[in-house]
Amino acid sequence: MAEENRNVIELSHLTKKYGAKTAVDDLNLTIRKGEVFGLLGPNGAGKTTTILMLLGLTEPTGGSAQIEGMDCAHHPLEVKSMTGYLPDNVGFYADMTGRQNLRFTGRLNGLSGKELEEKIDRLIEQVGLTEAADRRVGTYSKGMRQRLGIADVLMKDPEIIIMDEPTLGIDPEGMRELLDMIRRLSTEDGRTLLISSHQLHQIQQVCDRVGIFVDGRLIACGTLEELEEHIRRDGAYLLELSVQPCDDRLLGMLYQQEGVEDIKKEGNTFLITAKNDIRAQITRFLGENGYTILHLHQRGGDLDEIYRRYFEKAGQHDERNDSGKKKKRIRNSENR
Amino acid sequence: MKEMILEKRKNGSETVKTGRRIRKTTGLGALYHKELTDHLKSKRFLILLILIGSTGFASLYGAISALPDASGSNYLFLSLYTASGNSIPSFMSFIALLGPIIGLALGFDAINSERAGGTLNRLVAQPIYRDSIIIGKFLAGTAVIAVIIYTMGIAVGAVGLLSTGIKPTGEEVWRILIFLTFTVIYIAFWLALSILFSVFCRHAATSALASISLWIFFAIFMSLIASIIANAAYPMQDEYGIIFNSLHNYTLKLNLNRISPYYLYSEAVSTIMDPMVRSVNIVTVDQLNGAVNGYLSLGQSVLLVWPDLTGLAALMLIAFGCSYVGFMRQEIRSN
Repeated sequence: MAEENRNVIELSHLTKKYGAKTAVDDLNLTIRKGEVFGLLGPNGAGKTTTILMLLGLTEPTGGSAQIEGMDCAHHPLEVKSMTGYLPDNVGFYADMTGRQNLRFTGRLNGLSGKELEEKIDRLIEQVGLTEAADRRVGTYSKGMRQRLGIADVLMKDPEIIIMDEPTLGIDPEGMRELLDMIRRLSTEDGRTLLISSHQLHQIQQVCDRVGIFVDGRLIACGTLEELEEHIRRDGAYLLELSVQPCDDRLLGMLYQQEGVEDIKKEGNTFLITAKNDIRAQITRFLGENGYTILHLHQRGGDLDEIYRRYFEKAGQHDERNDSGKKKKRIRNSENR
Repeated sequence: MKEMILEKRKNGSETVKTGRRIRKTTGLGALYHKELTDHLKSKRFLILLILIGSTGFASLYGAISALPDASGSNYLFLSLYTASGNSIPSFMSFIALLGPIIGLALGFDAINSERAGGTLNRLVAQPIYRDSIIIGKFLAGTAVIAVIIYTMGIAVGAVGLLSTGIKPTGEEVWRILIFLTFTVIYIAFWLALSILFSVFCRHAATSALASISLWIFFAIFMSLIASIIANAAYPMQDEYGIIFNSLHNYTLKLNLNRISPYYLYSEAVSTIMDPMVRSVNIVTVDQLNGAVNGYLSLGQSVLLVWPDLTGLAALMLIAFGCSYVGFMRQEIRSN
């Protein structure tokens, strides 16, 4: 029991500043063993910076990042030997075959001889690249490269795997395989995964917990249900409704319903803001008055909605951050 | 309580396990191996070998045709490397001029191609010291340079030996080996310089261009600039100026030229390869008074150019040191 709930990644008051700009701002986060954690946020939110600090590749301005109780800035080699990192746009030496690339990584991790070759064979099979293994990586598709990236990460048999935007540019079929693989890495091998992404739908399917990260701050963290609950508590319920027939009399009647605060009309759909869950009440009312319900959906519940709502909230809190973000975007585009 | 102890024990075994996994390796061996394989397999290596090979044998052809003029010398074998004939430059001056291109070609994309290909951040995420990456690249490049230079130098000597039948003396062999070692250091300087550019330039093309322009500057323009500055400082327009300024003018020009690795190298190897050269500085009539005309021994020749050698080695280390520091301080982010 104690083993299961052990914290493997601990970030406390982690801060990184680039000049006047704060990329990561006082981040506190713990990730337990065997967990799949999704770090969600828009581009430029500081996800990659956080990951680089976790790997000891960037020194934090303040606070600390610890993996297995070891400070990442001071013991980078130990941390990197147990942490696999799949960067966004993972690159391989195009002139070498997949197998040669893996062999090189294995050697860097101190493997050699028979042990190394066996491991390469096993991993190539595991990620389904058996046929392409001896082809030059230059001929690989994006999805194949991603799978080779996973094999590459597994070369060192890591306890923790960090993936930066793993779903970027992958076709749906590749995506399904990738998510499947992620799930297996977690459930079968018991590895801890930290996945950073801005694509919510995919992450939603595999993550145990998610953290929403905007402008260097973690504005929400928890399971999907917890986040949903959290939104409900401080926000209103939003109901999509379309009925037949759709007339003006109905609008007036809906307003009189208990709990309804506001109604907007989008095409043939009403967007009803309410204080509480009024679905049952509305259904009964409409049924009694001879209306047919075509569509009734309570927003929230899916990550997209949660995400959007949290962003709205973050945006309302201060607009200064927003202009800072714009500046960063401009700088980014200059860099490119 | 029992659970706590159990947990502790588990944690203990965990650290033992992870401790075992950290091998006593910095990854340098694997990186060096990989870089060397890359170089030797690349087309670039083949092209360089053909370039140096063809110029080497062309210069040998010129040298052999010029041999009758040098037949009075006691060091005939050395003139295979130093003599020029049929308006073909000598092997020595060919290498001085073209050698840098070997170093530049091997190093100009060392770091920035890794960065552009996205392999750098995968590499630094491995449990290796970050400096192993750049040291491995430099060592592998130097090894390739050594292979090319020693192969070519010895091949030129061997072909010369076969075609002319001149036997080298032991001292000549030593002089040739020292010459080739000098050459490796000289070219390693250019390798270090191009790695420096590859650390700081985002695109491989930019760093190639920057290092090539520096090469052309040192090989061609440095001597022009040196004489312009020397003439400005110590004008030699009229007779008065010639009488009073010529020593200062010449010394200043010489010292300015010695900033250039091209000049340093040329000065050093021409002294090593020609025992007749007795001084690299200006010699006054006063100093020549009473001097016995003769050859310098090998030790004395080396002593004469020792400052050049250390200067060249220092330049190489400075260039490499700068790229090392630059690389270690750089952010790893890909964009």
